[in-house]
Amino acid sequence: MLSVSGLTKGFDKQPVFSGFDLTVTQNRFAVLLGPSGCGKSTFFDVLTGVTAAESGRIRWQKKEVTHLGNSAAYMHQKDLLLPWFSLLENSMLPARTGRDDLVRARTRAMQLFSRLGLVGYENHLPHQVSGGMRQRCALVRTLMFNRDLVLLDEPLSALDAITRKSLQSLLLLLQSEYNRTLVMITHDVDEALLLADDLYLLSAKPMRIIEKIVLAAEKPRRFDNPELLAMKNMIMQKLEGDIDHVPV
Amino acid sequence: MSRSNLLALALLLLLFSLWEMACRIFAIPIFILPPPSIIATTAVLQAPVILPHAFTTGLEIVCGIGLALAVAIPLAIGMFAWPWLEKALSPFLVASQAIPVFALAPLLVVWLGYGIAGKILMAAIIIFFPITVSLLEGFKGCDREFRVLFRLMGGGFWQTMRLLYWPWALPHFFAGLRVGVTVATIGAVIGEWVGAQRGLGFLMIQANARLKVDLVFAVILWLSLMGLLLWYGVGWLEKKSIYWKNNQQILE
Repeated sequence: MLSVSGLTKGFDKQPVFSGFDLTVTQNRFAVLLGPSGCGKSTFFDVLTGVTAAESGRIRWQKKEVTHLGNSAAYMHQKDLLLPWFSLLENSMLPARTGRDDLVRARTRAMQLFSRLGLVGYENHLPHQVSGGMRQRCALVRTLMFNRDLVLLDEPLSALDAITRKSLQSLLLLLQSEYNRTLVMITHDVDEALLLADDLYLLSAKPMRIIEKIVLAAEKPRRFDNPELLAMKNMIMQKLEGDIDHVPV
Repeated sequence: MSRSNLLALALLLLLFSLWEMACRIFAIPIFILPPPSIIATTAVLQAPVILPHAFTTGLEIVCGIGLALAVAIPLAIGMFAWPWLEKALSPFLVASQAIPVFALAPLLVVWLGYGIAGKILMAAIIIFFPITVSLLEGFKGCDREFRVLFRLMGGGFWQTMRLLYWPWALPHFFAGLRVGVTVATIGAVIGEWVGAQRGLGFLMIQANARLKVDLVFAVILWLSLMGLLLWYGVGWLEKKSIYWKNNQQILE
């Protein structure tokens, strides 16, 4: 379980969030949905340890940590593969930096390569394979972190429709097959509705949780589901309502 | 051969033929301006005289580049690792560029004598700055997401340097090195003009004093050839080092 309590951070005496609380249960897909500039990126920076919070506590698996830099894996809408390393070398990076047993790590990476249909491309450079394969390789790398928590930075909305769809199914695989707990920040309502188990609606600055919505609909979800469409309208109203109340 | 290469060659030939004709039509004496045909003949016939000097100058340039790299690479890494070091050193770096380096040449003769040490230092002083700056800019240009990724993977500074920052900065590094190798030649030759016992710069001064202008031009021709060789050498090294930017074969 990930629990954040009383987290406070500001820039130039302007609070980005103060006393922010969040609890994410094991093996859930938590999505933090908020308008652009609401402070979710700063929250992410605090979680990963890029910047320090002014006050507050972060607990992961009942242990207090200053940040999640040593306990979470990281995924981004960009595959972040290094162009000078082969797919296999890229997927092995967490093992190298974590000083794991490289022989065992290699065996595991090869298993994951075969599970995700990348066999035969281990020694290709990233620019030599398709975007979908690069994403699958990035997923292998995420799994090679051997960490139960995965932080997902930025929405997938910048991707083209087909690539986004394949990445979404890979993320669901990460949760269902590999039992990871996922925390994602996004400003894309559709994406949040398609992926989230627990959807946290965020207000504009100072950021706080307006509402937690539990989505029980079966995954993978499709947008012709009337329940989701109704949900989307409701969320849009709430987010817009919140923005209207911001003093200009 | 591509169209642009052909055009360059044609322009070169045109220029040389105009030069050749001008020399013949106006009967310009050889000790004022020799025609290209005589320069080329001298460059070939005098090769046994020129080559040992070219070797000296070449050695100075290569050692100068080596010395510059030995200073620039640790300096760039240090300034990247500790921003306070960059802040402290950057005024000195800029000031070192504001001093006309050629003004130092006579001093270097006083301090280091007529041997090659002063010329190596001269070449190194000129080129270490562009290399340091371009390398540092290359390190800094690394995308934030990649830094976060390495942070979460738990990579230490040196590991991240080796796996991420260094290859990331290589294209910038080579851009700086390309600029560097061309000006390194200038540094070495000027060092030799001021005081030397060997080298192409020395040979030029000698030939100039005796009005052997064809030999002066022949030496310039050899210098240009050396510059070209260095330029293409760096280009070749760049292609080999940045292997992931070549052969863009896309599957599927």
